[in-house]
Amino acid sequence: MSVTAPPPAPRAARAVVRPGDRIFAGIARAASLTIMLALAGVFVFLAIEGLPGLSAPENIYAPAEDFWSYVGPLVFGTILAAVVALVLAVPFSIGVALFISHYAPPRIAAPVAYVIDLLAAVPSVVFGLWGGLALASSIRPVTDWLYANLDFIPFFAGPPSVTGRSMLTAGIVLAIMVVPIVTALSREVFAQTPRLHEEAAMALGATRWETIRLAVFPYARSGVISAVMLGLGRALGETMAVAMVLSAAPVVTLNLISDTNPATIAQNIASNYKEATPDKQAVLIATGLVLFAVTFAVNFAARWVIARSERKVSR
Amino acid sequence: MAKSIDVSDLSIYYGDFLAVEGVNMTIRAKAVTAFIGPSGCGKSTFLRTLNRMHEVIPGARVEGKVMVSGQSLYDPTIDPVAVRRRIGMVFQRPNPFPTMSIYDNVIAGVKLNSRKMRKSDADALVERSLRGANLWNEVKDRLDRPGMGLSGGQQQRLCIARAIAVEPEVLLMDEPCSALDPISTSAIEDLIHQLKSEYTIVIVTHNMQQAARVSDETGFFNLKAAGQPGHLVEFNPTTKMFTNPDEPSTEAYISGRFG
Repeated sequence: MSVTAPPPAPRAARAVVRPGDRIFAGIARAASLTIMLALAGVFVFLAIEGLPGLSAPENIYAPAEDFWSYVGPLVFGTILAAVVALVLAVPFSIGVALFISHYAPPRIAAPVAYVIDLLAAVPSVVFGLWGGLALASSIRPVTDWLYANLDFIPFFAGPPSVTGRSMLTAGIVLAIMVVPIVTALSREVFAQTPRLHEEAAMALGATRWETIRLAVFPYARSGVISAVMLGLGRALGETMAVAMVLSAAPVVTLNLISDTNPATIAQNIASNYKEATPDKQAVLIATGLVLFAVTFAVNFAARWVIARSERKVSR
Repeated sequence: MAKSIDVSDLSIYYGDFLAVEGVNMTIRAKAVTAFIGPSGCGKSTFLRTLNRMHEVIPGARVEGKVMVSGQSLYDPTIDPVAVRRRIGMVFQRPNPFPTMSIYDNVIAGVKLNSRKMRKSDADALVERSLRGANLWNEVKDRLDRPGMGLSGGQQQRLCIARAIAVEPEVLLMDEPCSALDPISTSAIEDLIHQLKSEYTIVIVTHNMQQAARVSDETGFFNLKAAGQPGHLVEFNPTTKMFTNPDEPSTEAYISGRFG
């Protein structure tokens, strides 16, 4: 009940909208809407075309009996290949990224970074060819050794594939394709570590490695996890390289070096799509829908892990 | 053990660029030595050569000698990492490790020295260091909270606690109060007074009143001329510096008639 009632907000107090701001905001908004629409479109397509595939006649799923037992080994194979690729690629990538950002003199770091980036530009068919022909034929000594010495680990239960076309080979090829992505992104994050944090560590008498552990890794962690997620996305979805390396069978096995290997979803679609009947096509699209869901789930899980660990820190 | 530092004929380079030329001085143990001078005259650069932090910048190097209790810091057999463990440093902007708790920040340096510590010893060290930095009473109930949650002045005292936790021989401070408000500044200055009974302290400051308040000896750095390297103009007891300096340019700078 004050005497001076608040005066009506004067018109001039409203924020001035400049046309440049407006246009740019419009463009940005349109771009992000478009990408959402595209994603939704893909999902709708997969759902509509794939739904009949969930209940196709039984013989379509042969040798499995229904959709879930058909797609099960494929999901398993997809995840196994991606995990093998990441286990091989991530430590390597982080090492290379640290070398470029913190260890190598600039004279060497720049060319190394450039070559790694080039690796990302090599088409996956080429990696597939190399993996199927060169790597598969020369990996025998390695798989033989693993079988001879480490066959108590289920991954190396063998017997090793004579052709060398095993999950391990596919995983290595995938790893090489994942390395440039993870390296390039990690390097950027590592290089952005504030000098202040690094100097704080060094002034306490930290060695180079201790500085990296104290200042660089904590700062870069969430960025590196994002990089790994992008790499994982590539490994999950990669088609040609896996199709050209693996001879697939509908099995679920952890054995990485034997002849019988589970196929991945993407590979299975690529190798069967052309000759497929409409029923079979629907089944393949349904597997695509499953891949879509798996990728989403993995991404969300990773985001959740990051968010949780960050909350822990800032608590 | 606090140590004195003898600097003789030290020239500091960034690549081919000569930043500071021909510095000679003796920094007394258990005293506060302040460096003043205009921006870009090389006083921070010089400070960073005293614990070999200068050379972390690619191409940076020095010529001349820095002796700490008779041992040359730049002897080829000396490991710069070991030097930095003996000569601590506090920076212009507070820089606690952002992902660490207050407790972990304080013992970060001790952990590096890979001394195995019992929990009770670590607790005692954290308390002693935080008390030494006049921060204990403010944070004793939240040692497990992140160091970044403190105010700027508290963060800077946390950094000082982190530096003295490793019991260095010398403590270097590079404009430790320039990012702080007057209250926090006065807290840090009080702390410097207390610390000099145990440590040799070297402080760079832009604030001449601060140099007059906290230091026993003062060095005035200046550029010889625009585009010329920086050099040490005068090095004298602080009272003399601020009342009756030897060099006219020192007096001009201190009295605000810079020229």
